[in-house]
Formats: sequence, structure tokens, C-alpha cells
Amino acid sequence: MSVLVFLDQAEGQIKKNSFEAACYGAKIAELMNTQAKGVVLGSVNTDLAGLGKYGLGQILSADQPELAQFDSVRYCEAIAELAEKEGAQVIVLSNNFNGKAVAPRLSVRLKAGLVTGAVDLPDLKEGFVVKRGVFSGKAFASVSIKTDIKIITLNTNSYPVTDQGPAAQVEKVTVQSGTPSIKIKEVKKVVGEVPLSEANIVVSGGRGLKGPENWNIVTDLAHALGAATACSRPVSDSDWRPHHEHVGQTGLTIAPNLYIAIGISGAIQHLAGVNRSKTIVVINKDPEAPFFKAADYGIVGDAFEVVPKMTEAILKLKQAG
Amino acid sequence: MKILVCISKTPDTTAKIAFKDNNTKFDTSGVQFIINPYDEWYSLVRAIELKEADPSVTIHLIHVGGPDSDPIIRKALALGGDEAFRVNTASEDSYYIASQIAEVARQNNYDLIFTGKETIDYNGSVIGGMLAQLLQLPFVSLTTKFELNGGAAIVTREIEGGEEIDEVTLPAVISSHKGMAEMRIPNIRGIMGARTKPLKVIDPIEVPELTVTESFELPAPKESVKLVPADQPEELVRLLHEEAKVF
Ligand SMILES: Cc1cc2nc3c(=O)[nH]c(=O)nc-3n(C[C@H](O)[C@H](O)[C@H](O)COP(=O)(O)OP(=O)(O)OC[C@H]3O[C@@H](n4cnc5c(N)ncnc54)[C@H](O)[C@@H]3O)c2cc1C
Ligand SMILES: Nc1ncnc2c1ncn2[C@@H]1O[C@H](COP(=O)(O)O)[C@@H](O)[C@H]1O
Repeated sequence: MSVLVFLDQAEGQIKKNSFEAACYGAKIAELMNTQAKGVVLGSVNTDLAGLGKYGLGQILSADQPELAQFDSVRYCEAIAELAEKEGAQVIVLSNNFNGKAVAPRLSVRLKAGLVTGAVDLPDLKEGFVVKRGVFSGKAFASVSIKTDIKIITLNTNSYPVTDQGPAAQVEKVTVQSGTPSIKIKEVKKVVGEVPLSEANIVVSGGRGLKGPENWNIVTDLAHALGAATACSRPVSDSDWRPHHEHVGQTGLTIAPNLYIAIGISGAIQHLAGVNRSKTIVVINKDPEAPFFKAADYGIVGDAFEVVPKMTEAILKLKQAG
Repeated sequence: MKILVCISKTPDTTAKIAFKDNNTKFDTSGVQFIINPYDEWYSLVRAIELKEADPSVTIHLIHVGGPDSDPIIRKALALGGDEAFRVNTASEDSYYIASQIAEVARQNNYDLIFTGKETIDYNGSVIGGMLAQLLQLPFVSLTTKFELNGGAAIVTREIEGGEEIDEVTLPAVISSHKGMAEMRIPNIRGIMGARTKPLKVIDPIEVPELTVTESFELPAPKESVKLVPADQPEELVRLLHEEAKVF
């Protein structure tokens, strides 16, 4: 009996959202009077015992070279094998790119009901009911998992990270690794920039900026804050910005701590991708822009005047602090 | 080459979200339904492009749902599918739906199965991966580019902070994300032709539901926005730093 948490890694680093998953899984284990264990596939530079601070009692480390790179078939088999060996009742993954690719496979493989995009702890009063976001963040659904083994993928920024636990016991394990299902030919990382899906702060620009030549006010603010940059769909459709920056219903869904929207009207399809952000700031010259209804803070004004002054104020604050 | 495109039905992106029957059902009154954008704009159009490049390609569409879905299936046929299957049942459980699709796929030996990245109503992002496991096929999630290369495909998929280029042998399951193709609208010839294309209604197979959606709720209404005068951007920065504590 245990709760198994899959700790996703890339290039030897455990991803930030895996720490959230670990804390979430540890809390579920506590509610179920059992232990939470982490699963790490491939070798990592992280101190594995140190992962205990997120509430994991044990780390199962399958340090096999062929598991260094993600493969949905191999990862599914490895996690399933460990889950069976450990008699896992609950398996927790992040609802990130890899989590989305492997969790559905795992669900079929273990005949275990899956809820993706959980936003809260399961309710164990009657059965096992997980709350998740639906309708692009416009509502929540409570979904009951009916099978013995339950699989949950946790939405980013949905559960607080606490790091107080004692060191974890590390157990080296070997899993059958099977044959890879796809051949990775090339990995292209956007270097030097904060990846949008993992960013705590995102500065985003819309058609109100008039053209790509004006984007420096967005990127300057982003640099001052150590933020990632994003944009509305028409902006990437017009090639003012690269496609991977497009957020919204048909783009990326993000939930940073701070989302600053500059010259974006706040169409419902745009909001669908950002409305789970903790704090939303809107800069728009039109007081009627729908985005203000979804915002926590705002300035009705001309972005070209307001934004550089914000950047200046932030830099001053950072220098002083 | 035979391609299966999975088509799901979702409320129009601007639809008002409300629930009925004690918050256990989505209130569809006044709601316009559309083909899930990922299925229409990306999967289906990419399949049509492959057919345009090689006329020997056939495109089958599949939808799991009731007769009220027929209009969107006809629209997908008008865009360019050759024939469609509708498995006559409805469920909110992904495993149940994926099992229905897998059953049709087993009988027809497709080289390629396209799903969308996710449905924009339930946002599960699950069916593609489940299909791949049920059919024991490779799966590429969140694909932004897809090119055939003999018996394989070269695909680009999104990963954290970048992208990855993979080679995958066919048959395979591909979930489509933005970038796969450009949105199209059906032309008159397509619309006329769609009326005579086969839409086969088939009975579901018996499989268990692994999950049950118990109820829905709307988020608590947001407090109204705190506006700062346009000539005081420093004040906004101060509030973000000291009150919201976001940096
Ligand atoms: C099915 C579907 C899916 C879609 N998916 C997405 C999606 O994923 N993401 C997305 O973003 N959109 C999406 N859209 C498009 C969406 O409906 C809007 O058209 C789009 O978000 C508008 O982009 P925008 O706010 O940048 O531009 P606009 O709507 O043109 O807004 C520009 C804003 O800038 C303000 N402005 C102008 N000048 C200034 C200035 N000097 N200073 C300050 N403010 C200024 C204006 O007041 C205005 O509010 C989708 C649409 C459909 C139909
Ligand atoms: N009822 C359905 N019938 C056919 N295909 C579906 C159905 N539901 C989902 N799909 C496919 O699976 C994809 C992902 O859906 P989901 O896993 O529900 O987010 C969709 O984009 C469709 O391609």
C-alpha cells in the first residue's frame, strides 16, 4: 500500500511541478494512512534523499541509461511495474506535457480510473472524488474514481509546496525497459528564456501593441521581473511573436502567480488559457475592455506610457531591495 | 493509406456555462455546438492535406455520441472526410469512449489515428494516449508538425520550454496541437457532397466506466478589479510587491 508520485525530469533536473505533485501525493498518503513514494526514471543530478523534504518517505530510483529520455511506452511500463510491486493505491503525476502523454497509457495498462488536471485534494468521505477544472477554467467538475487504483494528474500551481520533511530513503530499482516507441531526433530548447509553462510570472502582449517593433516594452518589463513572455492569438497569427508564445483556448494554458496583460482585450478564448493565474494585471486604454472583469489590478491607460514606467519602478525597487 | 480522425463535439467557445438538475448536468439550452477546434482545424485539415498530396489516402471520421451530433459529423464530412462512423452512445468517461474508438480502429487497420490535443469542454487530454495503449501503438502527444516519410512520420511535439522532433513508425496515434495545419471553411461542393457520404451508426461494445462525473460547480465570482490611475504606475508596482506579494 502506498501513494506513488512520478517525479518528471529533463536533462538530469527534476521539474518544478513535480515538487507540487510530491507534496500533493504526500498529503493524500497522510489522509489514507499510508506512505508516499517518489519514482525517478533515468539518472538525475538532484540529491534524491533530499526529496524527502516534500513529504516522500522513499524514492525509487531506476537509474537506467535507456530511461534518460522520456518515452510514453517505456515510462508507462516502468511506472506500472513499480506500482504493481508496491501495491500502489494512488499514482500522482504532474499535468504537464509528459504527464499528459503517460497517464492515459497507465490508466489503460492498470485498468485504473484517471482524473487529469486536478485542482484540489481528493474528497475521501464517500469514495474517492477529485475536483478538476472543466470548460477551460470556467467551471469545476467533481469526478469519482471507481477503480481500486486511482491515477491523478495535478494542475500546475494548484497545490502549495512545503519543504519540511526528513530525508527520504533511496532505493535503487531496476525495471524492464522494453523497446522505445519513438526515436527522438532532435530537442530544441528556447535557450536563455524562461519557459512559459513553468514561469511564475508572465508578461503578455496583444494587438494593442500595434506591431512587433513595439515589443521591447513587453520584453523589458519581462526582463525586469524575470518573467516569461506570452501573447494573444492574433499576435502570433500575424507572426509578430513566435507561435509557442500563444496562450488561450487554442494555445497554451498557463497558471502563473502573476499574469500581466498589455493591450489585450480579454476575449473569452484568451481568458480560457490564463484565468487560473493567481493575480491578473491588465493594462488597457479602453475602460470597457472585458479583461478588467477578470483582473485583480488594472490601469486604464496607454501601454506605451504606462509600461516603461512600471519597468523603471520595478528596476528601482529591485536595486533598493 | 487509411487515416482515422476522431471528432468530438464541444460547446461554442463563447457559450454560457451553466448547470442544471442540481448541478449534475451541463445546461445545453441555447448552446451552439461545434466540432472541437483541435479536431477540426488541426487533425482533420492535416488529414485532408495528406489526401490532397496523395489521392489514394482515405479518411474515416469517428465520433462517439448520440444522434444530436450528426450535424457536426456532416460538417466534418463537408470539410473533406470520406465516410464517418458514429458509435451510438454517450459517456463522460474517457476509458469508455476510447474503448469504443479502439474497437472500430481494430476492425479497419488504420495507418494513422488523429485525435485533438484535448476537448475544450472537459479538457481531459486523455483519449489519444488511451487509444495508443489499447491498440499497442506509439503515441505522439501535442504534435505541432506532421510529415510522412515512407512507413514513418517525422513529427514535432511541444515539450517544456521548446520542442522535440521525433521519428515514429506507422501505425501510430497522433494528438494534434496548434501549428499542424491552417483552419479552413467548407466550400459549397463539399457541403453538397457531404449529404451523400456514408455516416454509419454502430452500437457500442460493453465496457466499464472507470470514472463518474458527480457534479459541477462554477468558480466563486471574482472581486472587482483594483484600478490604479494611469499616471501612477509606481503605485501599481508597489501594490504588486507589498499587497499581492507576487514578486
Ligand atoms: C474558436 C476560437 C479560438 C480562439 N482561441 C484564442 C486563443 O487561444 N488565444 C487568444 O488570445 N485568442 C483566441 N481567439 C481570438 C479571440 O477571440 C480574440 O480575437 C483575441 O484574443 C483578441 O486578441 P487581442 O486582445 O490581442 O486583440 P484585440 O481584441 O484587438 O484587442 C486589443 C486591445 O488593445 C487595447 N489597446 C489598443 N491600443 C492600446 C494602447 N496604446 N494601450 C493599451 N491598450 C491598447 C484595445 O483597447 C483592445 O482592448 C480565438 C477565437 C476563436 C473564435
Ligand atoms: N466522444 C468522442 N468521440 C470521438 N472522439 C473523441 C470523443 N471525445 C474525445 N475525442 C477525441 O479525443 C481528443 C481528446 O479528447 P479528451 O481526451 O476528451 O480531451 C479529442 O480532441 C477528440 O479527437
